[in-house]
Amino acid sequence: MSKPLLEIEDLWVRFQTKRKVVEAVRGISFSVGRERIGIVGESGSGKSMTGRAILRLIREPGKVKAGKILFDGIDLQSLSEKEMRGIRGHRISLVMQDPKFSLNPVMKVGQQIAEAYRVHNKSSKAEAKKRALKMLEAVQIRNPERVYDSYPHEVSGGMGQRIMIAMMLIPEPDLLIADEPTSALDVTVQMRVLQIMDKLVRDRGMGLIFISHDLNLVSSFCDRVIIMYGGKIVETCRADELQQAKHPYTRGLLAALPHIHSPCERLSVLERDPRWQEEPSVDAFI
Amino acid sequence: MTESTNNSPSVTDSSNLRAWLTTETPRSRFQAKMTQLYSGWQSLRSNPLALVGFLILVILILVAVFAPFLATHGPSEQNLAMRLAPPGSDGYLLGSDEFGRDIWSRIIFGSRITLMIVVLVACTAPVFGLLVGTVAGYLGGWPDMVLMRITDIFLAFPRLVLALAFVAALGAGIENAILAISLTAWPPYARIARAETLTIRNADYISAIQLQGAGSLRIITGHIWPMCMSSIIVRVTLDMAGIILTAAGLGFLGLGAQPPMPEWGAMISAGRKFLLDHWWVATMPGLAIFIVSLGFNLLGDGLRDILDPKGEQS
Amino acid sequence: MHSSEVAQQLKADATLEISNLDVFFGQGMERLQAVKDVSFSVAKGGSFGLVGESGSGKSTVLRTISGLVGDWKGTININGKSMDYRRDRAFYKTIQMVFQDPYASLHPRHTIDRTLSEPLILHGVGDRDDRVDQALLDVGLGTAFRFRYPHQLSGGQRQRVAIARALMLEPEIMLLDEPTSALDVSVQAEILNLLADLRQNKNLTYLLVTHNLAVVAHMCEDIAVMNRGEIVEVMSVETMRKAEPQHPYTRELLLASEGYVPE
Repeated sequence: MSKPLLEIEDLWVRFQTKRKVVEAVRGISFSVGRERIGIVGESGSGKSMTGRAILRLIREPGKVKAGKILFDGIDLQSLSEKEMRGIRGHRISLVMQDPKFSLNPVMKVGQQIAEAYRVHNKSSKAEAKKRALKMLEAVQIRNPERVYDSYPHEVSGGMGQRIMIAMMLIPEPDLLIADEPTSALDVTVQMRVLQIMDKLVRDRGMGLIFISHDLNLVSSFCDRVIIMYGGKIVETCRADELQQAKHPYTRGLLAALPHIHSPCERLSVLERDPRWQEEPSVDAFI
Repeated sequence: MTESTNNSPSVTDSSNLRAWLTTETPRSRFQAKMTQLYSGWQSLRSNPLALVGFLILVILILVAVFAPFLATHGPSEQNLAMRLAPPGSDGYLLGSDEFGRDIWSRIIFGSRITLMIVVLVACTAPVFGLLVGTVAGYLGGWPDMVLMRITDIFLAFPRLVLALAFVAALGAGIENAILAISLTAWPPYARIARAETLTIRNADYISAIQLQGAGSLRIITGHIWPMCMSSIIVRVTLDMAGIILTAAGLGFLGLGAQPPMPEWGAMISAGRKFLLDHWWVATMPGLAIFIVSLGFNLLGDGLRDILDPKGEQS
Repeated sequence: MHSSEVAQQLKADATLEISNLDVFFGQGMERLQAVKDVSFSVAKGGSFGLVGESGSGKSTVLRTISGLVGDWKGTININGKSMDYRRDRAFYKTIQMVFQDPYASLHPRHTIDRTLSEPLILHGVGDRDDRVDQALLDVGLGTAFRFRYPHQLSGGQRQRVAIARALMLEPEIMLLDEPTSALDVSVQAEILNLLADLRQNKNLTYLLVTHNLAVVAHMCEDIAVMNRGEIVEVMSVETMRKAEPQHPYTRELLLASEGYVPE
C-alpha cells in the first residue's frame, strides 16, 4: 500500500487526578492508509481515547503525549487550536455513539448538514440543500424533506445518529474516525451506513478508523484489525485472519462469543493474565 | 529512637482507623455509612472555600454553645455611664450601644437566636417542601395538579411581604417570625423536589422496587428522598443566608425579635438612629450577619460540588 | 405456522401465556399502539426468547407482563391465573425482572445489603442475613460485597447483584430485559453462564428479550421475532440454526448477525 494517511508513534493519554495518574492509552503506534482499520477492545481498553486523542479532543485533566501524530504530512501536535478546527470536521471527521452532543440544538438539521457541505465546497445554497437531501436519503431517511426542516430534538435517537453520520460524511473527509457509530441503529440501517462508508473508502480513498466492541462486525467489515487491551495494542492482524488470532486475549474474546450455528453448553470465560499489562505494545504499521 | 517507639502505637492506631474508613469492603452497615461520610469529608477538605464556610459555621455553633464564657457582659446588662462607647474602649471590645450594653456580648448571645432560626427553618421548610414535591411528582395526576397550584400561589408573593403578612396576623415575636419564614420558604424546595422526582420515577431502580411490591410511601421516603436530598441540602445552605437576612429584616422592622433580645437584625435597627455619629452600633451586628451568611454561601457552593451525583462517578 | 397455533400447542403446560395482547402509550389523539395482537406462551422450566430491534415493542411486552405498563388489552395468564391491572402480593413472588442497564437499575445510594434485604422486608421473610449472604454466593460474588455501594462495583458485578435481587423472593419466572447488552463480551459470557446455571439449579422459567440472535440461540429453545409491535414469526432455535425461517424480516436479521454484507 502507498504512503500512510495517518502515522502515530508512541501515543500516551494520561489522566492526572488528585490521588493517582490513570493511563488510558499506553504508548501505542500504528498507521492508517486508505483502508478500513478496526480498533477492537472492551470498555476501558483505551480504544475511544485513541480516536479522541488524534483529534485533540481529550479534555482536562487528560494529557496527550506522542512521539508523532502525522496526518497527510501535517504534524497535528504542532497545530494551533484554530488550525486544528480547520482539520476537524473537514479533513478528519468523528462520528460518535451518542448523537445528542454533536448536533446544534437550535439549528435545523438540514441547515447543519448543508452548512457542513458549504464550508468545504464553494457552492450555492440551493446546491448545498440538494446535496444535503441526497445525503439524508443515502442514510436511509424515509422523508428527507421533512427531516431537513426539523430540529434535533424532534428526531429519534436512531434518526439523530443517521443525521450525524450524514453530516460527517458530506464534507467527504480524508479520514473518518467512527466510534461505535452503528450500535444504536437497526441492523438494516446499520448495513446501509457501513456500505456508504465502504464506498467512500473504495471510491475516494478515504481512510477509516472503525472503533467497535463487535468482533464479528469488525472482522467482516474492515481490512485490518487492531486489538487493544489495557491501553496497549496486544495484537494486530488482517481482518479475515482474526479467527486465527494468536494472542490469548483475542482468542479469549472470540471464544466468549455465543454462536448461532455452533451451540455449546457453557461459554468459555476469559481468564485475564496480569502479564498482558506488562508486555510491550505491538506496533501496527501497514 | 525512643521517641519513635513511643509514637508508633498511636501512628498505627490512626492508620488502622484510616484503613477502616477507606476500605473497599466494609463489613457492616455502620462501617459502610462511615466510609461514605469519610469520603465526603475528604472531598470537603480538598475544597478550601467550602472548608472556610464549614469552619465559620462550626465557630458559630461553638460561640452559641459557649456564649456565657465568651461574653464579657450580660446581654441586657446596662451601664448608662458608658453608653455609645467606641470600639476598643475599656472593657467594650466592639463598643457599646445607646443603653451602654456591650455589643460584643450581645452579638455572642445573638448567635444563639440566629442558630435557633437557622435550625428551626432548616428542619421545617425543606422537609415540608420535599414531602409536597416528591408526592406530587411521584403520584402525578390530580394530586400533582392540586399540590403544585398551591405551591404556585405561595411562590407568587414576595417572600418578605408574605412573611410580614403572617407576622402581622400572628403577632410580632421571634417564634412567629420563624413560623412565617418557614411558611414562605418551602415552595422552592417543593419545586426542586418535584423536578428531581420526575426524572427519578422512571429509573429502572424504581421499577425494580415497584416490582417487589413496595407501596408509594415506601418508594417516596426510602428511594426517592435519598436522591433528592443532595440538591435540597445545597439549596437550603445557599438559602440560609437569605433566611438569616429575612429574620434580620423582620427584626429590623420591629416584627421579629422584641427588645431587649439581642437579635442581630433588631440591633441594626436600633443602631440606625446613631449611624452617622456612632457607626459601630449598627455595623458590628451587620458584620456578624455578613460573616455567617458568607459562611453558608461558601459551604453551599462547596456542597454543590461534593454532593452532585453526576460528579460522584469519577 | 401462525403464532396462535404455536400458542395452542404449548397451552397444555404453559406457565406464562399471553394472548392477543395490545399495549398503548399516550392518551387521546396521541394514543399510540406499541404492541399489536401479540400471543405466545412459555412452558414451565422453558426459556423463550423475544427478538427484535429497538422500537419493536419487545421490552414493552415484558414491562406489561410485569405490571409496569398500565394501558393494555388481552390476556396475561400466569400459572393459569389471569392477571388484572393491579397485581397482588403473590404475583411479585412468582415473577421478577432483570433490567438492561446495570448502571441504572441499582439505587446509587443504597448498599448492596439494603438492595437485597428490601424485598425480604417487604414480604416479611425472616432469616435476612443468611439469605442475603447466600444470594451473593449464588450469583458468584461472595459476601465481601455485601456492604458496598453500586459505584464501587463493575458493570458485570452490578448485573450479578441485580440478578440476586430478582432471586430474593424465589420467583418461578424471570423476565430478562437485554441482560447483557450493556456489558463487554467477556462479561456477557459470565452472566449468560450464570443465568444458565441458575435456571438449572432453581428450575426457573425465562422470558428473554434481546436484539442479539446469538445470545437468544444460546439461551432459549423457542424464539418469537417482533417487528413494529407485532410478532412476525415464532420458531424453534433449530429452525433458526438451519437458516429456515419463513419471514423475510427474520432472514434479514439472521443475515445481518453474521456480519457485514457488501453491497
